[in-house]
Amino acid sequence: MDFMLDRIHKAQTLCNAACEKMGRQINIMEVCGTHTVAIFRNGIRSTLPKRLKLLTGPGCPVCVTDQGYIDTVLQLADRDDCVIATYGDMVRVPGKGGSLETRCTKADVKVVLSSEDALQLAKDNPDKTVVFVAVGFETTAPATAVVVKEAAAGSIDNFCILSGHKLVVPAMRALLSGKNHNIDAFLCPGHVSVIIGYRAFAEIVESFGRPCVVAGFEPLQIIEGLGEICQQLSAGKAELKSVYPAVVTEQGNITAQKIIAECFEPVDGYWRGLGKIKKSTLKLKDKYSRFDSLKRFNITETQGEDTSGCRCGEVLCGLIEPPECGLFGKSCTPLEPVGPCMVSSEGACAAWFKYGGIRTSGDQDIRRPGFRSNENKQTQ
Amino acid sequence: MTDDLIRHHILPKLKNDTLAELGDSAKLNVASKSLCFTTDSYVVKPLFFNGGDIGKLAVCGTVNDLAVAGSKPVALALSLIIEEGFEFELLDKILSSVSQAAKQNNVDIVTGDIKTVEAGAADKIFINTAGIGEKLAGVDLGFEKIVAGDKIIINGTIGDHGLTIISQREGIKFQSQSRKGWPSPLQSDCASVAELTCELLENTSGIKFMRDPTRGGLAATLNEISTGSGLSIEIREADVPVNPTVQAAANMLGFDVLTIANEGKFIAIVSPESADDCLNICKNHPLGKEARIIGEVVETHDTPTVELITKIGGKRIVQMPYGRELPRIC
Repeated sequence: MDFMLDRIHKAQTLCNAACEKMGRQINIMEVCGTHTVAIFRNGIRSTLPKRLKLLTGPGCPVCVTDQGYIDTVLQLADRDDCVIATYGDMVRVPGKGGSLETRCTKADVKVVLSSEDALQLAKDNPDKTVVFVAVGFETTAPATAVVVKEAAAGSIDNFCILSGHKLVVPAMRALLSGKNHNIDAFLCPGHVSVIIGYRAFAEIVESFGRPCVVAGFEPLQIIEGLGEICQQLSAGKAELKSVYPAVVTEQGNITAQKIIAECFEPVDGYWRGLGKIKKSTLKLKDKYSRFDSLKRFNITETQGEDTSGCRCGEVLCGLIEPPECGLFGKSCTPLEPVGPCMVSSEGACAAWFKYGGIRTSGDQDIRRPGFRSNENKQTQ
Repeated sequence: MTDDLIRHHILPKLKNDTLAELGDSAKLNVASKSLCFTTDSYVVKPLFFNGGDIGKLAVCGTVNDLAVAGSKPVALALSLIIEEGFEFELLDKILSSVSQAAKQNNVDIVTGDIKTVEAGAADKIFINTAGIGEKLAGVDLGFEKIVAGDKIIINGTIGDHGLTIISQREGIKFQSQSRKGWPSPLQSDCASVAELTCELLENTSGIKFMRDPTRGGLAATLNEISTGSGLSIEIREADVPVNPTVQAAANMLGFDVLTIANEGKFIAIVSPESADDCLNICKNHPLGKEARIIGEVVETHDTPTVELITKIGGKRIVQMPYGRELPRIC
């Protein structure tokens, strides 16, 4: 413990020195939802110098998913012949006329913990088409690829995916190409880096001169990552580094990369807040296109419109902090979210709400009439 | 049908003189003039879990509610709502657990009821228990007794029950890190704390308030105490005992372990002078070996707040849990 505190103190000293030397605010963006939660849950912001600002970037899979994709999911959920298999966070994202949770019955929407569960659902329900809501970054894409291959090999034709998989590096490039950004450096995602390897961020360092440091999720690893970034900024350097050497290698997981490349190809795709980004979304390759929901149901996905007043897009770009949004904590709360950043536990708004100090009165929900069961809490 | 159920399934397992009368209500002889009375319903899924089942839970949960109110549990009522088609074999198993837990706690099931509902109207079996306890002499617990400076004690690790239930419900298997002294793998802490709370109350004088952190976990209970007393609470993350397997599982699912349910734990708010005595009594009891002082009651500056001092020295709010926690994506 003392050893850990010593290392934390050392990293904090580097942060303080950089803030003093640069004489201005330093803005470091994390692009990983797990980092966001870890930063809030461990009270890391409260241990940093005031002039070191952490920006929450487009790292939460639910948050970056465009409204058009959400509306397509809801459109598919309305079909009598479909069952939607989705990761938990997605069920509460509001779209046109409600969310999966409010608009659909339990039989139409199944929360799964893995892509394998979704495929099993298809095997167990041969008279329905199971649509897997395949979202997430490079971390979850290999698992989707595995089940698509399995479905192809086993001719499980009542299974398909709606790919919303996204690539992190194109989003970082898009952010830095924008005029309004104020990002000095990136704290790079640990999970994604396990797959893509830390060399994937080299182009950000080289093209934009911004330090990129991969960190794990323990508070010590995060603070050491921030310390490393500050040291570089202070010295006027921009380097690529990993302070998560136990699991992140330069090359990443080649097997996972291969299976992504075998099943998917990067295409232009819509992101919430960032608009259309070149080669940033994964689409199934032609040889697996029969498992592509868009093709199977002849749907053209378009960019959706964000809910009026919702500033999730600006939050995701690090342009504003959640409390600057007029809806935050008022008409947009975790119980009645307006934007996805308040839905996902990894969203900036949800983390800010939960750990940042807005008092709640528990789980009463005065806006929605009637009792609601609460499966996760059905522990007694 | 009900008569058959009572005579062939209930009475053989739970028989005692009062219940055997099968009267419309139980007649009890209680010496104390001051009683505690509580009720709770149990709808847990799955019915059987590592470390217990709905039967054990239905007894321990209600016994614990009596215990933390400062009483010695005396008698319970047991009501079963059973879905048509529920297997007798499972019912017998549950009743055996009820019987065993009641015996261990020295309480009798003195009255009860059974209703069978059509398929789909209930999920297998729901249980309600109500209980009465005799208030321990000279014990007076309440929010109003709490003052700034009081210590907060918990009798052991948090989150074990809730994560066991969630992981078994979702079919997730967690391998325990084989650290010495920690149970493996995930196992509910479902147990009755009445023996320990009675021992504490009978042998120390500085206990101000007790509550069992069940649904909503430590976060909910501490917020209730903070709101109820009008005082703030500060706890230290490093002092809150968590089984490493539970912590790993919570991290994986994206849950905050402070909000996860417990079923064999209690929080005691005690005066600083009696904190060490309380801790020693806990540590000498099988259900208190991991007991710790996890924080203090502090003055409120603005609104009563629960704050956590994290392992790295950061500070953050511990909210009253809201909504439902959804497993994260990656």
